[in-house]
Amino acid sequence: MKEIEAGQITEKVAEACEHANIYLGDDVVQALQKFHETEESPTGKEVLNQLLENNQIARENGIPICQDTGFAVFFVEWGQEVLLKGGTLGEAINEGVRRGYREGYLRKSIVKDPLRRENTGDNTPAVIHVEMVPGDKVTIHFAPKGGGSENMSAVKMLKPSDGVEGLVNFVVNHVKDSGPNPCPPIVVGVGVGGTFDKVAVQAKKALLRPLGEPHPDPFYAELEQRLLNEINQLGIGPQGFGGSTTALAVHLEAYPSHIASMAAAVNINCHASRHYQITL
Amino acid sequence: MELKRISPPLDDQQVLELKAGDTLLIDGVIYSARDAAHKKLVELMEAGKSLPLDLEGQIIYYVGPTPAKPGQVIGSAGPTTSGRMDAYTPQMLSCGMKGCIGKGSRNNEVKEALQTYRGVYLAAAGGAGALLSQAIKKVEIVAYEELGPEAIRRMEVAGFPVTVINDAYGNDLYEQGRLHYAKK
Repeated sequence: MKEIEAGQITEKVAEACEHANIYLGDDVVQALQKFHETEESPTGKEVLNQLLENNQIARENGIPICQDTGFAVFFVEWGQEVLLKGGTLGEAINEGVRRGYREGYLRKSIVKDPLRRENTGDNTPAVIHVEMVPGDKVTIHFAPKGGGSENMSAVKMLKPSDGVEGLVNFVVNHVKDSGPNPCPPIVVGVGVGGTFDKVAVQAKKALLRPLGEPHPDPFYAELEQRLLNEINQLGIGPQGFGGSTTALAVHLEAYPSHIASMAAAVNINCHASRHYQITL
Repeated sequence: MELKRISPPLDDQQVLELKAGDTLLIDGVIYSARDAAHKKLVELMEAGKSLPLDLEGQIIYYVGPTPAKPGQVIGSAGPTTSGRMDAYTPQMLSCGMKGCIGKGSRNNEVKEALQTYRGVYLAAAGGAGALLSQAIKKVEIVAYEELGPEAIRRMEVAGFPVTVINDAYGNDLYEQGRLHYAKK
């Protein structure tokens, strides 16, 4: 059986925290460049330029892209032929977050208790989703999530009779209501199917997919494109100043559904769509 | 195009010259405050106590920066979502504040208070914290150090770029901009 030391995970997670917060992904840079060409508003074009310039400055000076370096969210795919030694997975990841946020001069944005609100001082605990998978590989996706865009999330228990139109209306109206708040141009994660809890996780998981990579099922790939087109007709534009680039991408994840239900969720990411993958 | 420049403290006349959609550069001193600092300031106002800073004519920046690395003035320092400060903003304006910088929509009470007290709501580029940090030249904490990123900081800025969203006449760039480009 393959063995992994907890310390290896801690080290990789610490690196991931710094990297994801300072370096904008190539997929995001390409999307910003592509939409810069088609943006109808001169102010909107200027905002997209500022975001590209921001990326350059962050890269050259080792400054985080955004001051909100986020809640540390992890999706772990753990190969069941792998044995973890020297600690628990939760401790290993949290120690990596602690180290990465301290050594990377990242902001500590987590409070111990939602009502009493005292900062934990080290950006822990992380939010960790674990899935057991076949094989002997461990894949850890890290996606720091800012509060401004996270606050613009929604879950709705649609009826099966609402169908495709009901889902499209829910998503597009929700993006419209969110307006300038989540720092457009945004990336929209949509979950559909499953239960109340499952659909929210699916919407977040959808945000891990590299921008520009469509859903493997052509039916959903087409639906993603339709949602993107409708969202970009809303006119919100970069920073909400008006324009044709409100979203850079829409990613959807579907899950089997109960005969009585059609759960739907929207989780919005800001333009940076920070994500980083570790493989062990 | 030469951009308009403003330098706080601002008076009524200077505020009335600003219109929704204007792009401006700020030079001089602005102060940071976000959720927790606003709560403390408004509690002091309600208790009739003096504030740790004089708000007269000042601009408040809704920001919680990342820590500065050795040799840097400040870390990443972009705006946070302003709507969370809506509950406090009319009182801040009544105590002399003339402008605030954030991102995202304000509620009707804030828009009305901007007209009543002659104030202006400005947006800096959300998600461009590295870029904006370059315009911040000097930083010192003036109150609530224990709040970490939420402490009130005095910031000396040069050419800090903002866009007027809500002016003292009731105009709203977010509404105007969206309607201009909306196709549905």
